[in-house]
Amino acid sequence: MSWWTRTIAIMVKEVRQLSRDRITFGMIVGIPLLQITLFGYAINTDVRNIGTGVVDLAGSSLSRMLIADIEQTQVVKFVRAYADLTALSDAIRRGDIKLGIYIPSDIERRSGDPQRNVAQLLVDGSDPTISSIAQRIVNMPLPSRAGSANTSAFASQSAAPTFSVRNYFNPERRSAVQIVPALIGVILTLTMVLFTAVAIVRERERGNFELLVTTPVRTVELMVGKIVPYIAIGMVQVSIVLLVGSLLFNVPIRGQVTDLYLASLLFVMASLGLGLTISTVAQSQFQAMQLTFFVFLPSILLSGFMFPFDGMPQAAQWVGSVLPLTHFIELIRGIMLRGAGVLELTTHVYALVAFFCVAMTIAMLRFVKRLD
Amino acid sequence: MIATDTAPETSAIVARRLTRRFGSLLAVNNVNLSIPAARIYGFLGPNGSGKSTTIRLLCGLLEPSAGTVTVLGFDMPDEADELRQNIGYMTQRFSLYEDLSVAENLQFMARIYGLSRTQAKTKIAANVEQYRLGRLFKQRAGTLSGGQKQRLALASVTLHEPRLLLLDEPTSAVDPQSRRDFWDSLFTLAESGTTILVSTHFMDEAERCHRLAILDAGAVVAEGEPQALANDLKASVLEVSTTNPQQAREVLRQIAWVGSVTQLGNRLRVTVSRTRTDAPTEIQATLSDAGIASETRETRANLEDVFVAATARAQQADA
Ligand SMILES: Nc1ncnc2c1ncn2[C@@H]1O[C@H](COP(=O)(O)OP(=O)(O)OP(=O)(O)O)[C@@H](O)[C@H]1O
Ligand SMILES: [Mg+2]
Repeated sequence: MSWWTRTIAIMVKEVRQLSRDRITFGMIVGIPLLQITLFGYAINTDVRNIGTGVVDLAGSSLSRMLIADIEQTQVVKFVRAYADLTALSDAIRRGDIKLGIYIPSDIERRSGDPQRNVAQLLVDGSDPTISSIAQRIVNMPLPSRAGSANTSAFASQSAAPTFSVRNYFNPERRSAVQIVPALIGVILTLTMVLFTAVAIVRERERGNFELLVTTPVRTVELMVGKIVPYIAIGMVQVSIVLLVGSLLFNVPIRGQVTDLYLASLLFVMASLGLGLTISTVAQSQFQAMQLTFFVFLPSILLSGFMFPFDGMPQAAQWVGSVLPLTHFIELIRGIMLRGAGVLELTTHVYALVAFFCVAMTIAMLRFVKRLD
Repeated sequence: MIATDTAPETSAIVARRLTRRFGSLLAVNNVNLSIPAARIYGFLGPNGSGKSTTIRLLCGLLEPSAGTVTVLGFDMPDEADELRQNIGYMTQRFSLYEDLSVAENLQFMARIYGLSRTQAKTKIAANVEQYRLGRLFKQRAGTLSGGQKQRLALASVTLHEPRLLLLDEPTSAVDPQSRRDFWDSLFTLAESGTTILVSTHFMDEAERCHRLAILDAGAVVAEGEPQALANDLKASVLEVSTTNPQQAREVLRQIAWVGSVTQLGNRLRVTVSRTRTDAPTEIQATLSDAGIASETRETRANLEDVFVAATARAQQADA
């Protein structure tokens, strides 16, 4: 049973050290809290209240209705009225406003002719989100198009839009609902990989390694002893994000909580395996950190967290499907939002298990109990 | 147990033509060692002479570039895993956990060496007593003084009562009193059958070893029992008392047949070739020619003379 004694000894030591490292200990709680607040509030893809200027040369009831309609979407917020087109474009260049709406004096006449644009939209193209917003406004059904020039704005609302849109699982289209589950994966990737990547390198740097490898401790015992405390920490982080997500952002958990934790456990283990592999490659803690970010960036970009996975080019999808985060995001969105069970998502479960096994094997093989 | 030259001693460590390169640097060069069991064996050598590297080769931390090593009957580095339960290695640099307390470090090491809870408890208590760590028991290892750290390290690597102790400069930061205590405990361990290999810079420590090897630039330049090494020195040692030792030193260093000149206060310790029987009168004559009054007498060679002679020879060979 001495393997058991030794593994426990490594675990106890690791936990003791961790509890004394205030900054790392703080990060365990701090990273999830910071990230969820950041992503939940600041990085909000529901764009609202874009500062907009207006030049209304017509000054008619139609032009006022048009402006009121645009304002109703809440996408834009009229900040100021300008005298003419030059003043409006100057304001955009200075950055006072992001959008400008120019209504020519002959708007009544133009609205009668379906071939002509009614008004002009000035867009600050230097900001990518603004450009896409502009697209929404351009395609907005305008009151003047619906009927004759003199009908009220209400007339336009009776005209049916081309598509009736129905949004599944997130009818309010709140980005928090889409982001929070995936965010669990992002946070775990960052903290779990980083902590273990540094774990062995740190012992090497501090000289502990030279003593440790001349003791009877085996590679497996060392690796398991180092991983287990972090599994527990990972689960704590999952709980923090879930709690904050549901308290602050009303993110639903439609599937089984046990499935959720099972998926998280698999993902944590895969990430820890990856971290251990990194720590057998890196020579210093700094290198370990660099390598972690080398993995972290593609994870964020190619996992479906930022951009829809199916929309990515084939090569990017290949890279993405190797990353554990991709599979975890599929699992967690399925379980939390679509109410699926783990057993309905077995491909991704297998992918994570396989990743863990491969990473641990590489780490064990690469780990040499020598100094050179 | 009294070592006699005739009794066949079993060797705990045998190294044959052991060589280790770091790039173009020969850190250990063709070293042959035969280290007797249950004895204290010393490695004496200047900085960078390859003491640590040799010890690392012996415990399987480094792979030799050439040559073979057998430690306690295990071939290194292939059978390093089997050896590990039987050795205690005290690194030159403190390698326990600085953010753990003395007690926690000892508990950790006891468990790593596979001691049961009760075994660990009694053994830790014994070592805490022996290495006077009681007052420091709850203190973080990182805040210990240099000598305290070394006492903790020794207490840690002897918990499992290893058959072989490899100690890399274990007393470099230890005060004289603690060093005496330390060496007393080494002798106790050796008497109970532990083989001890200890590297050092201190002559007094080297003199206390049963046997020692003097290393220089990666090679063994002298090997044997300390007293025998001093007796075998192919030079005689003169002590020159003078009022102007500094100038006398420079004058004597010009003489071709003078080996080394070491100043000790107002005296100079001079080694000369044994064949020059007229050395004392010659030296006095040379010094008085230079206007320096002196008195010369012959004295016994000590280990330091051996060390200076051995390492100087290698340096001449280099040049
Ligand atoms: N990992 C390494 N890479 C390159 N050179 C090394 C390495 N380890 C040791 N050396 C070199 O090998 C030589 C012997 O070093 P070693 O540490 O064995 O000396 P030492 O006798 O223990 O010295 P000290 O008394 O200062 O501890 C030195 O020149 C050192 O620079
Ligand atoms: Mg050394």
